[in-house]
Amino acid sequence: METAMKTPPAHTWDDNAVLSVEHLTMRFGGLVAVNDLSFNVGRGDITALIGPNGAGKTTVFNCVTGFYKPTEGRIVMRHGTGLQSEKIEALTRTGRQFNDDGDDRVFLLERMPDFEISKRAKVARTFQNIRLFGGMTALENLLVAQHNPLMLASSMTIGGILNLPSYRKARAEAIDFAAYWLEKTGLIHRADDPAADLPYGDQRRLEIARAMCTRPQLLCLDEPAAGLNPRESTELNQLLQYIRKDHGTSILLIEHDMGVVMEISDHVVVLDYGEKISDGDPDHVKNDPKVISAYLGVDEDEVAEVEEALDMPVIHGKTDPAENGEGGRS
Amino acid sequence: MEYFLQQLINGLTLGSIYGLIAIGYTMVYGIIGMINFAHGDIFMVGSFIALATFLALVALGISALPLILFITLLVSMLFTSAWGWTVERLAYRPLRGSFRLAPLITAIGMSIVLQNFVQITQGARVKPLPPQIQGGVTLMEGVTENGTIAVQLSYMQMIIIATTLALMIGFSLLISKTSLGRSQRACEQDQKMAALLGVNVDRTISLTFVMGAALAAVAGFMFLLLYGVIDFYIGFLAGVKAFTAAVLGGIGSLPGAMLGGLLIGLIEVFWSGYFSVEYKDVAAFSILVIVLIFMPSGLLGKPEVEKV
Repeated sequence: METAMKTPPAHTWDDNAVLSVEHLTMRFGGLVAVNDLSFNVGRGDITALIGPNGAGKTTVFNCVTGFYKPTEGRIVMRHGTGLQSEKIEALTRTGRQFNDDGDDRVFLLERMPDFEISKRAKVARTFQNIRLFGGMTALENLLVAQHNPLMLASSMTIGGILNLPSYRKARAEAIDFAAYWLEKTGLIHRADDPAADLPYGDQRRLEIARAMCTRPQLLCLDEPAAGLNPRESTELNQLLQYIRKDHGTSILLIEHDMGVVMEISDHVVVLDYGEKISDGDPDHVKNDPKVISAYLGVDEDEVAEVEEALDMPVIHGKTDPAENGEGGRS
Repeated sequence: MEYFLQQLINGLTLGSIYGLIAIGYTMVYGIIGMINFAHGDIFMVGSFIALATFLALVALGISALPLILFITLLVSMLFTSAWGWTVERLAYRPLRGSFRLAPLITAIGMSIVLQNFVQITQGARVKPLPPQIQGGVTLMEGVTENGTIAVQLSYMQMIIIATTLALMIGFSLLISKTSLGRSQRACEQDQKMAALLGVNVDRTISLTFVMGAALAAVAGFMFLLLYGVIDFYIGFLAGVKAFTAAVLGGIGSLPGAMLGGLLIGLIEVFWSGYFSVEYKDVAAFSILVIVLIFMPSGLLGKPEVEKV
């Protein structure tokens, strides 16, 4: 529970956003999955995207990571601090995917193909269902994620075949980096085991480790706590806090487990029927009547009555593994 | 005994060529689940390019045979790779994600296009190349009731078997150790996930076609040297045999393709040697049917496990 009152009214996501989703609309034929959605993800924040099943959360993820091309809207990724509005407007007019600003680039994700979003814009993601390369070892899974630096070092494989010193060095670094994340996720002793042989909880952590091996600035996690037991869930919270604190990676997650959401997020965005119904810090969202009505399935004005009747002002989330926005709608 | 050994050597030589072509089938199948029926014709194109290069080098007055052979090999690998790349880019990539039969039909169409293209530009007659590498070593001699019989290992056969072996080792290392090989295996399992990790899937698939075509070019050159005649139609039967080899070994498996190729080569040669030449293809395909009845995923293929 929060003890100290939060005094600063300025939020990171208002003046230092790493990702801005602006007027995002996604239609599938006649179905509007996401409608005119705008929200920001603060740099260094843990942002939770929540909402009842079918609210469009996974669709948002799919748009951000290039799985879908949005019907309308703009998705901006910033590597430099601040909102950089002028730069973004200028870039939007040019029709290019990103500007040439060294390390402070801004990217328009809706214009980029999926592999470029990972490679250049540095956005990584995991899925609701585990998508490891099951036949490869845990270590190899993490090396695939470092494909681009390795390809560069091996001058498109030629150096790799000839085993040149430059490639050997890059390879040793890649293995060290992978070992670091295996260590962090407690999987180092399983490094040479096929990923498919790991237990479920380990596989979930391996997915996060693999995503981190792309050295992302924004990590998008689709229900990372689904199917974890309470101990694993706590470990996951610690891992996410660590990633945010020690690597400065911003995290955007979809989560149904309200315990996880309220405990670790700095910022919560609530979707219902493809529209944003609430946006703010966890306390604000928790007490928003719109949110309560969406979750309880009643009209807004009835919320007070229902709350009284239930004597439960806290939202109880449900984890429903059957929800699969990406599969069901493609 | 001597006869057996001789047939064994002949079978391994032929099997090496089938194996090299089979790798192209199995890799493409592994990565995009498509049977590239034009691959046999890429092999044929490779042998034509090799012949043209060979004659051009001779016409230029280069007389050192090893140098000619080496340059011819490189040039035919290079140009055949370009063919493989172009076929993928023009005929297959636009249809990726379309219904399953579309790439298959296109591949058959591409096969006909390549055959007819070579037939029209090069003529339908067979192109001869006089034997370039002659001689060999006699491994052993024996006396049978029909006279003496010698087990010969020609230099040609040595070159074919050694080159195949070297390419196989290099190739296995490439797939298992390099970043390119790793991303190919990743694309094989989950293309979308690979893309989200920054792997350029389109380029990886293109490179797979390029690698398959380069190996087919080597096979084409060896075929040319071994048999001395080629025509626009050699790709068909060699392609079918190599495809059979890939299926026999377990399609999608690299060692499987090589093993399958060697087996098909051996079966053919032994059947011709001991029974009848006319029925050698029947024998090869019968073995395929029998193996598939008892091992549906081939000798080294992994059974497809239904995920629960």
